[in-house]
Amino acid sequence: MQSKISVQNLSLTYSDGVESLHEINVEVIANAVNVFFGPAGGGKSSLLRAFNRLNDLADVRHLSGEIWFNGKNILEPDTDVIELRRKIGMVFSRPVPLPLTLWENVAYGLLLMGEKRKNRLDEAVEKALRLAALWDEVKDRLNDPASAISGGQQQRLCLARVLALEPEVILLDEPTSALDPVSTAKIEYSLLELKEQYTIVLVPHNVQQAARVADYAAFFLQGRLVEYGIGKQLFVSPKVKETEDYVTGRFG
Amino acid sequence: MNLPEYSRKMRQVEVLGINLLRLITLLTAVPVIGIIVFILIRGLPAISWEFLTQMPRDGMRAGGILPAIIGTVYLTLGTAIFSVPLGVAAGIYLAEYASDNATTRLIRIAIINLAGIPSVVYGLFGLGLFVLFLRLGTSILAASLTLSIMTLPVIISTTEEALRSVPNAFRVVSTSLGGTRWQTTWRITLPQAMPGVITGIILGLERAAGETAPILFTGAAFFLPRLPASPMDATMALPYHIFVISTSVPGMPLQIQYGTVLVLLVFVLGMNLLATLIRNRARARRQW
Repeated sequence: MQSKISVQNLSLTYSDGVESLHEINVEVIANAVNVFFGPAGGGKSSLLRAFNRLNDLADVRHLSGEIWFNGKNILEPDTDVIELRRKIGMVFSRPVPLPLTLWENVAYGLLLMGEKRKNRLDEAVEKALRLAALWDEVKDRLNDPASAISGGQQQRLCLARVLALEPEVILLDEPTSALDPVSTAKIEYSLLELKEQYTIVLVPHNVQQAARVADYAAFFLQGRLVEYGIGKQLFVSPKVKETEDYVTGRFG
Repeated sequence: MNLPEYSRKMRQVEVLGINLLRLITLLTAVPVIGIIVFILIRGLPAISWEFLTQMPRDGMRAGGILPAIIGTVYLTLGTAIFSVPLGVAAGIYLAEYASDNATTRLIRIAIINLAGIPSVVYGLFGLGLFVLFLRLGTSILAASLTLSIMTLPVIISTTEEALRSVPNAFRVVSTSLGGTRWQTTWRITLPQAMPGVITGIILGLERAAGETAPILFTGAAFFLPRLPASPMDATMALPYHIFVISTSVPGMPLQIQYGTVLVLLVFVLGMNLLATLIRNRARARRQW
């Protein structure tokens, strides 16, 4: 196992004080599904949004510590955040198709990079949609508005949109929380396939999902990392009392 | 008083209240409809091909009002040239870039106050700055610049408002895919806000087209025997022409006055209608 992202002593506080992180140390393992789970408000989303510096858009009051990715601390001010976000893609909890066509949604990241060659874009769009298991369903309607497809399809479109940039890491923040069980299963299946090529960080929308897909799991509670380990072990025999209580459904 | 009786009373008050509000609302529409109907009845007989396409004759007591129509079109276009790029740019800056600090709050207050300044003050300001200090003379250019300053706050605030109504999730997603702020604005936010922006532009220009005071000292002419040939020429314009033929020309046929008012009214209400159509179409098409 090889570490892809290494978090060291990360602390973070928002101005409104709603969510924060305290002295987090955690590794994201390459080519595996890394699950960050725990009750709402535990800081999982904040950590994810620190990985691609999306927190830059939010009102962060305090940020300290280091996040190492490809031999560089990405919290340094001189980090090329545009480049970083292309390498670390993100899927959000609600599918947000951009108000464009399906094709434009998938090609969006590449268009922003200045790619103009239609055949290159077409290839990338098809490849990404196939990876996200959506190609067969939408190949005849790529010029339709993205809002015309179902919610589950939209979320796979959002995944394809990230995949089109061929990132190294994919962050998924409760990607199935707005989806039905069938769509959820499709996304989960995609993740298991994708981890061959990509590093996955998933905030699951419940413990069951965490247990189903986790290669490595980290349990967050009120901004602290309570327990971290290999998924199978952590869910079967947690070492810490709080983890056990949460995993067995005693709270949360 | 027992309960059924009480609730019957309450229902009566309710019905009375609603009908009163209905009546008052209806009454507010009466002046607008009254003005339009009255002007139509009195003005329509004056409208003819000749009236719209000929120069005035006999000291403006006969002939057409072509130079005033052309003048108003020029002034509106001139105003658009200056106020649209500046206003939209400022609106984009305020909505997408400016952080919420003392400076931007000051700018917002300034813009709001700009909208509250009486139009005659704009006229005098334009006279001082553009006509005299910048030596533009009384000209279409000076009048357009003056009208632009008056129109700017409308365009800036509607642009900002339209951009702010675009869901923030689009910005977050675009940023997460490696979009810069400008790319996000240009590809997503601005196109989504465009109907609102265009509505604001039209409403701003519509106000400019109907104003008299700001052009009074800066570009409007009492009478010109020919059409303006360059932006440095003064011009006749519909609002000022109406003022002139109503107050300063003895023996002016009433019909021409009503006809001229009707043309201005159609011009301004036409722009208003266009703005409404654009807004409604955009609302029907919107995906969020």
